[in-house]
Amino acid sequence: MSEKPLLDIKNLRVTFPTRQGEFEAVRGVSFTLGRERLGIVGESGSGKSMTGRAILRLIRPPGRVEADRLELEGIDLLSLDEKAMQKIRGQRISMVMQDPKFSLNPVMNIGDQIMEIYRFHTGASKKAAYEKATEMLEAVSIRDPERVMRAYPHEMSGGMGQRIMIAMMLVTEPEILIADEPTSALDVSVQTQVLSIIDRLVRERGMGLIFISHDLNLVSAFCDRILIMYAGRIVEVCEAARLNEATHPYTRGLLGSLPRLDEPRKRLSVLQRDADWRETESVSGRQ
Amino acid sequence: MAVAENNGTGRRASPRFLKVLVKILKTLGSVLITMLGLMFVTFLIGRVMPVDPVLSVVGERAGKDVYDAAYRAMGLDKPILVQFGYYLWDVLHGDFGISLLNARPVAEDIKRVFPATMELATLGTFFGVFIGVPLGVVAAVKRGSWIDQVARVVALVGYSMPIFWLGLMGLLIFYGILGWVGGPGRLDIFYEDLIPTRTGMVLVDSLLAGDWTVFKNALSHIILPASILGYYAMAYISRMTRSFMLEQLSAEYITTARVKGLPERTVIWRHAFGNIKVQLITVIALSYANLLEGAVLTETIFSWPGIGQYITTALLSADMNAVLGGTVVVGLIFVLLNIFSDLLYQVFDPRAK
Amino acid sequence: MSQTDTRKPTLREWLLTDTPTSRFHARMAALYNGWLTLRSNTMAMIGLGILLFLLLIAAFAPWIAPMDPLAQDLGGRLAPPGTDGHILGTDSLGRDILSRLIYGSRITLYIVTLVAIIAPGVGLLVGTVSGYIGGWTDAILMRITDIFLAFPRLVLALAFVAALGAGIENAVLAISITAWPPYARIARAETLTIRNSDYISAVKLQGARPLRIITKHIWPLCISSLIVRVTLDMAGVILAAAGLGFLGLGAQPPSPEWGAMIAEGRRFILDSWWVATMPGLAIFTVSLAFNLLGDGLRDVLDPKEGGS
Repeated sequence: MSEKPLLDIKNLRVTFPTRQGEFEAVRGVSFTLGRERLGIVGESGSGKSMTGRAILRLIRPPGRVEADRLELEGIDLLSLDEKAMQKIRGQRISMVMQDPKFSLNPVMNIGDQIMEIYRFHTGASKKAAYEKATEMLEAVSIRDPERVMRAYPHEMSGGMGQRIMIAMMLVTEPEILIADEPTSALDVSVQTQVLSIIDRLVRERGMGLIFISHDLNLVSAFCDRILIMYAGRIVEVCEAARLNEATHPYTRGLLGSLPRLDEPRKRLSVLQRDADWRETESVSGRQ
Repeated sequence: MAVAENNGTGRRASPRFLKVLVKILKTLGSVLITMLGLMFVTFLIGRVMPVDPVLSVVGERAGKDVYDAAYRAMGLDKPILVQFGYYLWDVLHGDFGISLLNARPVAEDIKRVFPATMELATLGTFFGVFIGVPLGVVAAVKRGSWIDQVARVVALVGYSMPIFWLGLMGLLIFYGILGWVGGPGRLDIFYEDLIPTRTGMVLVDSLLAGDWTVFKNALSHIILPASILGYYAMAYISRMTRSFMLEQLSAEYITTARVKGLPERTVIWRHAFGNIKVQLITVIALSYANLLEGAVLTETIFSWPGIGQYITTALLSADMNAVLGGTVVVGLIFVLLNIFSDLLYQVFDPRAK
Repeated sequence: MSQTDTRKPTLREWLLTDTPTSRFHARMAALYNGWLTLRSNTMAMIGLGILLFLLLIAAFAPWIAPMDPLAQDLGGRLAPPGTDGHILGTDSLGRDILSRLIYGSRITLYIVTLVAIIAPGVGLLVGTVSGYIGGWTDAILMRITDIFLAFPRLVLALAFVAALGAGIENAVLAISITAWPPYARIARAETLTIRNSDYISAVKLQGARPLRIITKHIWPLCISSLIVRVTLDMAGVILAAAGLGFLGLGAQPPSPEWGAMIAEGRRFILDSWWVATMPGLAIFTVSLAFNLLGDGLRDVLDPKEGGS
């Protein structure tokens, strides 16, 4: 791809000091993100969520984020001070998290929560923010947005909560959306709906999407490109369409452990882990 | 699908109101039982008292027939539950009996002394809230920093120090040695009875009368006992604030607020603090109740003519009606403060479903 | 202690094992681990140190105290610290304050020990019975608990002492009566979670009776949270006892109870500050020690509530 990437990451590391010494949650991850849908797949503890949070510099001390390069359209994110970083967060890079039950503020009504981010970044009037917020709620297929604006998060179902979260995170029209397991906490029946809303908005606005999930199937159906992470490293990078050609034993193992309708098996294979995977160098996802 | 969900929220609106109502009724019911129990306990305490209530009324030299008449008139020949019924009836009518010490109705005495305690406890709570809450928030935000350690030590010392001793030390240093504050009592003797009593709280009354000299004098007297009570309130409030804040700061919606790019000050005060406000009111109500109790010992030290001093003086002269009256009143206030904070919870916390 | 290893392990190794060989072994290993955690908590160790020191002082009071705590010397009354071998001075009757403090530690320990046995004992009994039987028993017992919780503790204790008469034993009783409800709450909560666990069902299937289940299976599991609570409460108990003593409702003169000593010194506070100051410092030190130890124990025994 010759187009200049939105996000350029080289050798990203996230470290936490513990009593037993330093723990590296992310150990040298490199990739770029264009105006595409990039999936990051891995089991829990593989460092996929940490990668997402590190991009927004949301790792709290004593945790540390280091990288040879962490750039958003040429801006070095690691050298920005906290104030400049606040302008990036929410404005240019947003994130949707797993469970709207916990990720929305329970004692603020929904309208205030959406208007807060919009007004903070644009300085818009209350009235303009209100209109923009209702408009955004409509864009995520919420009927009667006026009433939802006045409601509190606990009055919403999971699917609605997540759509509200998406509306809130996209109201400032950021260039990149990080979706961290956005559908794992939802009922299967509303998962597709939420996914298609994300898909539509990302396409319409020409955004870059980082889709973090443990669900290889979902990611391969939804994304353009997939990074497979294991123990803080990228073990394999491949086009979603050519996932079947993946070569790394971990990826093959993940594929093999999925039940398939077209190839019914008596027993699903159990993933055998190899200590070597942990030690081999990270594969680069840079293009 | 969206339609169905929207209807869902619509349906919830009115049952929520009903649910709150039922909860309030339930709370009131359990409070009623608690109050009954509270009065039963004080009633029983009064009955095991080694002092003969009849003798204290009729006097030592009364004859047998006088004694027996008084005995029956006081209902002491009836079964204990019936006696309790009488007692309850009297208390409900604001009658705690006659003080053996000054032959005045206990209820009137309590009415007279209570504002002094309220004045003290209220000012103490103010100190506690205005220092304790910010201290707790900062300690939580900067967990493990020097300020967190200082807050911890301040609270630990507060939990460990006898309040009457701290009061004495305060008197010794700030009154005896430095002479910065007024001594025991509410006013210097030559300021007493200069202003009309309206609320019974000297600070308020002197302001109402527009008398600044009296106000200043009253302030110089109340500042030390109120600060000492305030220190205990602060120790408690700052600890609770800290632990509430720590819980909220690790919540996912705080990450959301940071993702939104909000400055840390907004994240902490609008989002995290916004979530502990109602809990905090409960804590403040509890701490107010505790200060009423702390006032018992503090008032003794500072010769503060409030309910605490009233109860302790009555105790030492075995004036049981006064002791029980005071105990019931303080207990009732305790219970009322508890329901008050409970109801606040039901009404103001959108999460209380 | 069964041994397959040819080399006999040191006591430390035996205690740090990952694979205990018996129930006793496992219990000792858990205790040792807790001890290691506690030992790394400097504050808790300071608290423990102070309390051990207090215990020694109380035990050897007659040998440590420089003078008779009751011996009056009206000629040498209100002597400031350092006069005539009175390290902490003398009180209004010329009694040596240091000696009185040393003997007073016995009274403090006596009160603390009694309350620490009675209050949690009653609470444990009420809480487990309430939680295990449930139904009406539970409703009534918990209502009673609530009534006692509704009282301001010190005021209730005052009323009880007033009714029972002043004295150490009555003060202990009054404090215990006001202190048991929180333990009942804790014990009940623990019982409710334990009652429905699988291993209790297993014990029931083996035919164990409620009494046996409560005493052998539920009580041991309630102990650790109760111990934490007791340790943290002891500071409050000391303060309450001192408060009663100060009001003249606890230990009676001439007994060298610390709270009563402060009351005595109160009259001379402006001229002879040491008389009231010294016993206050003693009370403060001991209750601080209990608070420090309690905090540390909470981290070890009850990690869910603590947080470093």
